[in-house]
Amino acid sequence: MKIKVVSNILKANDSIAEENRGLFKENGLFVINLISSPGAGKTSLLEKTILLLSSPPSKGGKWGGISIGVIEGDIATTRDAERIEKTGARVIQINTNGACHLDSNMIRTSLRDFPLNGLDILFIENVGNLVCPANFNLGEDAKAVILSITEGDDKPKKYPGIFREAKVLIINKTDLLPYTDCSIDKIKKESLEINPDLNIFEVSCRSGEGLDRWCNWVKGKTREEQKLN
Amino acid sequence: MHELSIVQNILDIAESEARKNNAKKIIKIGLKIGEMSGVVIDSIIFCFETLKTNTIARDAELLIDHIPLAGKCKNCGSNFQINNYIFKCNTCNNNDIEIISGRELFVDELEVE
Repeated sequence: MKIKVVSNILKANDSIAEENRGLFKENGLFVINLISSPGAGKTSLLEKTILLLSSPPSKGGKWGGISIGVIEGDIATTRDAERIEKTGARVIQINTNGACHLDSNMIRTSLRDFPLNGLDILFIENVGNLVCPANFNLGEDAKAVILSITEGDDKPKKYPGIFREAKVLIINKTDLLPYTDCSIDKIKKESLEINPDLNIFEVSCRSGEGLDRWCNWVKGKTREEQKLN
Repeated sequence: MHELSIVQNILDIAESEARKNNAKKIIKIGLKIGEMSGVVIDSIIFCFETLKTNTIARDAELLIDHIPLAGKCKNCGSNFQINNYIFKCNTCNNNDIEIISGRELFVDELEVE
């Protein structure tokens, strides 16, 4: 006997992602899922972004004291959460114990111990991997892919899935450009062929160059989200 | 890299559908997997052979329909195959393209007894 099924293999993940999205909306949060290969600078970008966005105007902050939470995903260790904790942001670590990506159920479970009240932005730092996280929605508003120039300018075409899914591309480590053969123009051209709507930011987390433009974008999107609420 | 959990989901879906239909045994599982679904078909087959033992799909065969990436131009409406991940209409050059196939990752049909 034949049975017509037509059942999405990832539907269990997608339906929990929608529940997470509902919870994020209730709290008026703008949620970014940060995805890159290991060592591209996800945690460094977070450290810098948090310090810039959360700094109150009384201490010279340009962005008006935005409140930020972080869910840190790693296969093992709490090293990234410890780094983020030093910035003063609210943080929780998820250890996937071998799994190559975060899934929506891991996020739902972590939210039981992670109050969202009072937050404006939630960053979810995925496991370092350019392949698998692209397939697993977590309930985020935007996926942001980080590509560091030392990884090479051929990566968008080699990992098209994540470049198509993402709303943002952050090209990091631009301070190292003179020491590599990487072409930022090629990264931009080939990633825009995959996804013409990508918002592209060139930054150096080390020198701080380019981070203002990125922070302006994040703040703008956060305001839009809060107006909708 | 996550093919093992994908295959576990495939088996969960197949077993639950088979039970709903009072089947004792799954003979074939038909999958549709798109070019841009992000899974490796060889790994799916390998993981399936490993995980199917001790289930009612232990003798089942996997039939995989591999679907190429295709798009529809939002400007002129033409449909075309997307090569080399260049999302650009080959009729009018517009780059606002909707993916119409190639992202599938689903259990399409079963054969049971």
